[in-house]
Amino acid sequence: MIHFVLLISRQGKVRLTKWYSAYSQKERTKVIRELSGLILTRGPKLCNFVEWRGLRVVYKRYASLYFCMCIDEDDNELEILEIIHHYVEVLDRYFGSVCELDLIYNFHKAYFILDELLIAGELQEPSKRTVARLVAAQDSLVETAKEQTSSITNIIAQAANFTIKMLHKGYGPWGSNALHLESLLLVDVCTRLVDQH
Amino acid sequence: MGSQGGFYQSKEFLDLVKSIGEARSKAEEDRIVLSEIETLKRRISEPDTPKRKMKEYIIRLVYVEMLGHDASFGYIHAVKMTHDDTLLVKRTGYLAVTLFLNEDHDLIILIVNTIQKDLKSDNYLVVCVALNAVCKLINEETIPAVLPQIVELLAHPKEAVRKKAIMALYRFYQKSPSSVSHLVSNFRKRLCDNDPGVMGATLCPLFDLITNDVNSYKDLVISFVSILKQVAERRLPKAYDYHQMPAPFIQIKLLKILALLGSGDKQASENMYTVVGDIFRKCDSSSNIGNAVLYECICCVSSIYPNPKLLESAADAISRFLKSDSHNLKYMGIDALGRLIKISPEIAEQHQLAVIDCLEDPDDTLKRKTFELLYKMTKSTNVEVIVDRMIDYMISINDNHYKTEIASRCVELAEQFAPSNQWFIQTMNKVFEHAGDLVNIKVAHNLMRLIAEGFGEDDNTADSQLRSSAVESYLYILGEPKLPSVFLQVICWVLGEYGTADGKYSASYITGKLCDVAEAYSNDETVKAYAVTALMKIYAFEIAAGRMVDMLPECHSLMEEFLASHSTDLQQRAYELQAVIGLDAHAVESIMPSDASCEDIEVDKALSFLNGYIQESIEKGAQPYIPESERSGMLNISNFRNQDHHEASSHGLRFEAYELPKQTVQARIPPASLASTELVPVPEPVYPRESYQTTTVPSVSSDAASTELKLRLDGVQKKWGRQTHFPSTSTSNSTSQKTVNGITQVDGSNTANSRTRETYDSRKQVEISPEKQKLAASLFGGPSKTEKKSATGHKSSKPSSHMVKSHAPKSSMEVASEKTSPVQQPPDLLDFGEPTVKSTAPSLDPFKDLEGLLEPTTQVSSAVNHSSTAAVTKSPDIMGLYTETPAGAHHKDSDILSGLSNSPMTNMVGGTTTMQVAQSSKSPNLKDSLEKDALVRQMGVTPSSQNPNLFKDLLG
Repeated sequence: MIHFVLLISRQGKVRLTKWYSAYSQKERTKVIRELSGLILTRGPKLCNFVEWRGLRVVYKRYASLYFCMCIDEDDNELEILEIIHHYVEVLDRYFGSVCELDLIYNFHKAYFILDELLIAGELQEPSKRTVARLVAAQDSLVETAKEQTSSITNIIAQAANFTIKMLHKGYGPWGSNALHLESLLLVDVCTRLVDQH
Repeated sequence: MGSQGGFYQSKEFLDLVKSIGEARSKAEEDRIVLSEIETLKRRISEPDTPKRKMKEYIIRLVYVEMLGHDASFGYIHAVKMTHDDTLLVKRTGYLAVTLFLNEDHDLIILIVNTIQKDLKSDNYLVVCVALNAVCKLINEETIPAVLPQIVELLAHPKEAVRKKAIMALYRFYQKSPSSVSHLVSNFRKRLCDNDPGVMGATLCPLFDLITNDVNSYKDLVISFVSILKQVAERRLPKAYDYHQMPAPFIQIKLLKILALLGSGDKQASENMYTVVGDIFRKCDSSSNIGNAVLYECICCVSSIYPNPKLLESAADAISRFLKSDSHNLKYMGIDALGRLIKISPEIAEQHQLAVIDCLEDPDDTLKRKTFELLYKMTKSTNVEVIVDRMIDYMISINDNHYKTEIASRCVELAEQFAPSNQWFIQTMNKVFEHAGDLVNIKVAHNLMRLIAEGFGEDDNTADSQLRSSAVESYLYILGEPKLPSVFLQVICWVLGEYGTADGKYSASYITGKLCDVAEAYSNDETVKAYAVTALMKIYAFEIAAGRMVDMLPECHSLMEEFLASHSTDLQQRAYELQAVIGLDAHAVESIMPSDASCEDIEVDKALSFLNGYIQESIEKGAQPYIPESERSGMLNISNFRNQDHHEASSHGLRFEAYELPKQTVQARIPPASLASTELVPVPEPVYPRESYQTTTVPSVSSDAASTELKLRLDGVQKKWGRQTHFPSTSTSNSTSQKTVNGITQVDGSNTANSRTRETYDSRKQVEISPEKQKLAASLFGGPSKTEKKSATGHKSSKPSSHMVKSHAPKSSMEVASEKTSPVQQPPDLLDFGEPTVKSTAPSLDPFKDLEGLLEPTTQVSSAVNHSSTAAVTKSPDIMGLYTETPAGAHHKDSDILSGLSNSPMTNMVGGTTTMQVAQSSKSPNLKDSLEKDALVRQMGVTPSSQNPNLFKDLLG
C-alpha cells in the first residue's frame, strides 16, 4: 500500500502531498523535512529506494522535481517506480509536455489526476487512456457548468477585463502585434455585447 | 491546452505562488504564508463571496496547508463547499476535505450526509467524486451510513464507478473487517467484470482477504491462473499495455496472489507452473517494468511449492539483476536472493562476490538490504563475520530507527549462533556500548544470566575465566565517557557479583570504580541502585572472607547522600548496606553467599519448619489450624489470636490465614525490623526459630537486592546454559551437516569455488582483493577453511585467486575419501589439502585464465568509461534551452538521458524507441515550453538561480 505521495523540488519546496495513511499535520511536516533531507542529498547513481522508519520510500527525479512514494516493506519497489512514471506520463498527456511550473500553478489539477490514478493507496487504473478520459470528462463538465451558471454579463465583464489588461500592457503572450489586433477585436465584441444589453 | 487552465486564477493567487517561489529563506516563506492566512481568514468569512472566488480561496487554503501551515480555520468552508450543486465547486470542496481531514476529524459527520446524497446522483462524475471522498473520509462509525449505497454502486453501468465502489469497500474492509464480512462474495463476483480496470481493482481486496485466510480461496486458483494467462497473452485491450508490456500492474498483483495461494500447497502450485514459466520467458528484462514483473515472478516462485525448472529461471533472473550496473536492480536482486535462499541455499554461493560488492557499496540502501540478506543466511559457521560487520555498520550510522533494528538483529544472531560465550560477551559489550539505550532490557538480563550461569557446573575454571574476562572488559569499558544506562546496570551487577571473585582486583579498587559510576551518572536512579547493591555485595564478600572492611571516603559520602535520597528504593538499599556492614562474618555469609545468584530459591510453602513448634503448641492445648475454606462463618477471634499470637504481636489484627513465608521474610530484611523481631519476646523454644533462620533467610535473600532481579530473570527464556545450549548445537549440526562438516559440505564449497570462478569470469573483474575473497569464503563457503589455509598453510604467499582455482578441479571423489574427518580438526585439513593441490594444480594453469580475464575487462571498462564521459558531457544546460532553439533541442535530448539515468536500463535498450518518439515530437514540445515561458515571464515569474528548471519538461 502507498502511504503517501510527495512531490518535492530540488530546493526542498513541496509541490504536492497526498496522504493515504493518517498523519497529523505535525507529523506531516516532520516527514517532509526528514525525507527531503534524505532524498535530495542522494547521489545520482544510487538506487531510487530509501529505507525510512521501517518503510520504503521510492523516489524518482524528473527535471528538478522529485516524485516520492512511501510503501510497505514487502511491496515491489520497481513497480512503484513505474507507477510514478505512469503518473508523470498521464500528467504529460494532460498538460502537454508537463513542466514543474504547470504543477506549481495547477497543483489542484495534479491532485485530481492523482485521485483518478491512485485510490486508497493502491493503483486503481492502469490504463492511461481511461484516466485521461475521466479527467477530461470532469473538466468538460466543469466548463459547461461554468457556462450555465455565469450569466452573460459575467462573460462581458470578463472579456472586458481581459481586453483592458491586454491593452494596458501593450503586448501579449503570443507576440505584440498580433495580439494588439486581437484585443482590438475583443473591444469591438465587448461594445457590441454591451449595446445589445 | 490544460496548462492554461491554471491561469484563470486571480492575480493575487499567482502573486502568492510567485512570491513563495522566490522566497530566499524559510523565514521569509513563513512570513508570506502567515500574511496570506490572515487575508484568507478575513476574506473567507465575508458573506456573499461568489462561488468562483470561494473556490479559489479553498485552493489557496490547500496551498497553505501543503506548505506545512495550519489552515484549520477554513476546514468548515471546505465542508460547506461539498454541499454545492455544481460539480465544479463540489469537486474542489471534496478535494480540499480529503486533503485536510483525517478520518477521525470531527467535521466528518457533517460530510456524511452530502456524501450519501451524492452517491445517489444520476451524474456518474458526481458519484465518482463522492466515492473518492468515501475512500479517504469514512471511518468505522460512519461505514453503515454509506454501505448500502456502495453495494448498489457495485452494479453501476459505468466502470469507473464500479471500480471506485470496489475500492471503497476494500477500504472499509481494511478499517473494520467485520462491517463488510457479509459482502465479501461481491469481490469474487466482480473478478469476472467485463472491464479489466474493475477486475484489476478487485485484486486489491482479494489479496488482503487471501492473506488473512488462504484456504477459503483455493478454488480461485484456476481463475487467477487463467486471468494471468490471458493477460500475458495480450488478450486485454491495448490501452492497458504499458511500455510494450501487457497490463504489467495487473500481472504483478496476480503473481502476488498466486504466491499466497501456492505457498505450501503442491496441488495449487502445479497449476501455476506453466503460466509463471511463460511469464519468465516473455518478460522483457531490458525495461524497468519487465524487471518489476520478473522480480514478482521470483517472489512467487520462492513462495509456492518448489519447482526445479522455475527455480532455475529465478536464479538466472537473480544473477542478471545482480550483475546489472543499475543499483535498483542490484537491490532487487539482493532482495530476491534473500527470498530464494530459503528454498535453495546453495544459490547464494555463486553470487558471493556480487553480494560482497553490494555490502561495500557506498549506497546505504543497498548496504542495508545486503545486511538483511546476510541476516537471513547466518549460520553458526559465519556468525562471527556477519555480526562483526553488522556492528561496524551499526556504529557508523546515526539513524536510531535502523540502529535499533540492527542491534536487535545482532543480539538475536549472537544468542542463536554464538560459537563461544566469550565471543558472545564481547559482542554484547559492543552492542551495548553503541546502542545500549536502544536494545531491549531483556537482552541485558540475558547477558547477566549467561555470565552467572557460565558453561555449567562441571567446568568451573572456564566459568571463572569467562567471568574474569567479563570483569576485565567492563573495568576497561568504564573508562569511556558516556555509557548507556542498560549497559551500566549490567556492568555494576557483574562487578558486584564477580569483581573480586578471582582476587585479581582489590575490593577497594572495585568499590572505587562503582562509586565513580554512581557519581558520574548521578541522575540515573536505576544505575545508582545497581551500584549500591554491587557495593554491598563486595563488602559482604569481604566480611565473609574475614577481611577488614575499610570503606572508602567517597563511598561514605555517597552513602550519606543515598540515605537521604528522595528515592525510597535508594534509601532502602543504602540502609541495607549499612546494616550488612555492621554484622559479623557468619551472618553476612548467610545473607550474601558469594556466587549464588543462580541458586534456586526454595520456598517452603507448607512451612514444614514450623511443624515442631505447632506440635508443641497443640500439646500445650492450642487449637489446631482450620483452613479458611473449612472455617464456618463465625470466627473465634480470640482463638485465632491465641494460635497465632507471635505473628499477631507484630502485625496487629489479622483475619487471614498464615502469610506466605516470602512476605514475612521480606518484612524482616530491613535491619530495623530485624532488630524489632529480636526485641519481641519469643516464648517458644529456640529450635524451630533457628531452623527457620538457617533455612529460609539465606535461601530467600541469597542477596537481598538481587532478589527482584532474580525474579525478573525467571521470565526470560532460557537460551544459555549447558542444558539448552548443547542439544541446540547438536541439532544444528545434524540438520546442517551438509553445510557444516560432512562430505557434501566440502563438495559444495568446491563447487562454490568453481562457481566463484565462473562468476568471476562473467563479472570480468580484474582484481578481487584477497580480503574480499576471504570475506566471501567466511560468509558463504566452509567457514574457517579458506581463511585458515591462507593464514597458516605454507602456500599462503600464493595469490588467493590461485588458491581458489587450485581447489576447483578436485574431484568430489577424492574429497570424499579424504574429508571424512570433520572440519573441526584444522591440522588434518591442511595435511591433505596440500597434496591434492600439488597433484591437481598442473592440470590447469590459473594464469592463463587470468590472462583471458584481462582482455574483456578492459573492453568493458572502456565502454564504461565511454558512457560515463558521455554522461558527463550531458550536464544539463537549462538556460541554453531558452536562448537557442535548434541547439536547445539537442541539449534537451541529452537531458532526457541524464534525467532518466536514474531508471535502470530503460534508456539503454527499451528506452530507445520511446526516445525516438520523444525526439520526433520534440519541436512542438519545445515550442510549447517556449510559449509557456513567455507567458509566465509576462506574469512575472522568472526562473531564478534558485529554480532554474521550472520550465523544463518533466519527461524531457
